[in-house]
Amino acid sequence: MIPKRDKQAIGQRFLSAFRQAGAAEVAPDILLPADTLLDLYGEDIRARAYTSTDPLRGEVMLRPDFTVPVVQMHMAGGAEPARYCYLGEVFRKQDPGEERPANPRDNEYLQAGFELFAHDRQADAEVFALFHRLLAPYRLRAVTGDMGLVMDAVRALPLSEARRDALLHHVWRPGRFGRLLKRFSQPAAPRRFAESAAPWAGLRSEAEMERRMARLIADQDAAPLDPVWTARLDRLFAISAPMPDALAQLSDLARDWPDLTPAIGRVEERAGMLAYLGVAPETILFDASHGHRTMEYYDGFTFSFLAEGRAGWPPVATGGRYDALTAVLGRGGRAIPAVGGIIRPGLIAELEAA
Amino acid sequence: MIRLGVPSKGRLMEQTFDWFAARGVALSRSGSDREYAGRVQGADGVSLVLLSAGEIPRELAAGRIELGVTGTDLVREKLAGWRSDVAEVAPMGFGHADLILAVPDCWRDCENLDDFAAIARDFRAAHGFRLRIATKYHRLVRAWLAGHEVADYQLVDSQGATEGTVANQTAEAIADITSSGETLRANHLKILSDALILASQATLFANRAASETAEVRAFLSLLTGK
Repeated sequence: MIPKRDKQAIGQRFLSAFRQAGAAEVAPDILLPADTLLDLYGEDIRARAYTSTDPLRGEVMLRPDFTVPVVQMHMAGGAEPARYCYLGEVFRKQDPGEERPANPRDNEYLQAGFELFAHDRQADAEVFALFHRLLAPYRLRAVTGDMGLVMDAVRALPLSEARRDALLHHVWRPGRFGRLLKRFSQPAAPRRFAESAAPWAGLRSEAEMERRMARLIADQDAAPLDPVWTARLDRLFAISAPMPDALAQLSDLARDWPDLTPAIGRVEERAGMLAYLGVAPETILFDASHGHRTMEYYDGFTFSFLAEGRAGWPPVATGGRYDALTAVLGRGGRAIPAVGGIIRPGLIAELEAA
Repeated sequence: MIRLGVPSKGRLMEQTFDWFAARGVALSRSGSDREYAGRVQGADGVSLVLLSAGEIPRELAAGRIELGVTGTDLVREKLAGWRSDVAEVAPMGFGHADLILAVPDCWRDCENLDDFAAIARDFRAAHGFRLRIATKYHRLVRAWLAGHEVADYQLVDSQGATEGTVANQTAEAIADITSSGETLRANHLKILSDALILASQATLFANRAASETAEVRAFLSLLTGK
């Protein structure tokens, strides 16, 4: 058992490195209003975050991550470019389902984080190179991905707008995504609607239902998606290799699928910037489905640093681009280009103690 | 001494008494109908504890009773990691109730969970908040919907008269237990065909540790003939 103050000390080391990289330190609240988090993450957050009630402020949550308060703080008064760093506890509960785990995961642990808000093509590479440099002594496996590439691939499928939007909406939910794709690849079954003598009830209006019915009827005429496209998507998702190999496989794929060329160009450009910043591309894994299974709102570059041979460990560090989250938080749809990541000093402490 | 927890009132209590009687163990309330004490005949070393069905899962998990009769829905909802604490001894064949997802009958475009997921997405875009499902089975419903990757919804707590929440506009859908579906129909709700979250029935449970003792095993083999 490593004392908490030792983990704190390691966290402080990362924090000071983040400050040296130009970040201003911020100290967000621990108790956050639950409604913002619920609106953003949905019910899943209730299964993960500790909830409490305040007689005046209503439902509050113990900070499950720093992203939301840091973005809100920036939106309230920051100007781009801006770099922030922080160190503090996050709190996560774990619903075990049917059986209690033998080794429950930590329900409170430190995160040291760095967030960059900037209209700058180099921002992804800057953040990754910083994490890569700070984590170099621990010989972690670095995996990267690009949800922007995945989303561009979906946008390039020959589908109706309604079908494309449905796929894009569920791009972070592989099961539902797969079901939709399968349905779109088959001839549409004629849709019969149930009769109902019941009076209208509830907040969803009749007009909303009629709009959806019209959409479903229009959808019946849609031609099934040629299996060649799901095969190409499968090929894309299967790409998992050191960056130079992955890029070669991507350009190979782009020969059949030229619409991917701009997105692949961005991956290549990023790899070039990383090389320029001293990260050897062949030491970095590119996994096209990385991020497909991560949290919603990562919509561009994603990365994880994993400790090899530590079964059951979460990533030691994770991060990525989350412009989609700032758009939702910004209400008026004002998205801010945002990329950042966190390191778990507690896991670093265990690696150092080993 | 084996403490056997049984629901303290209503059909569930009567049917439990019948189930034990059919196996040669006579359970009865001692004294008046209002007294929550009981008698056991036909088995030695067993005492009857009359409890609210909703409290039986917690009492079993804590080991304050060795055996208890309650619905599988209550055990799974109330005990996180229930298999670590209690063992399912015998389904009893009564108290059937299904935990289901129901939507307004007037939603002619909603037959199954895929429809529901699509409607939830549209609703959130149109109304600026997530579609509300009223329920008291928060953990079961959330885990089930997460397993089916349904997003864009939120749960609102409803401890009673859940079927009325849609008409009152405090929810757009409900997740509740039903046996005949009559209350749902009376409230103009329909069940989604592929959204059976849990089929529950009255079940005899044992505290996990107690179920290993000779005393409890002897009593259970008397009951189940095994």
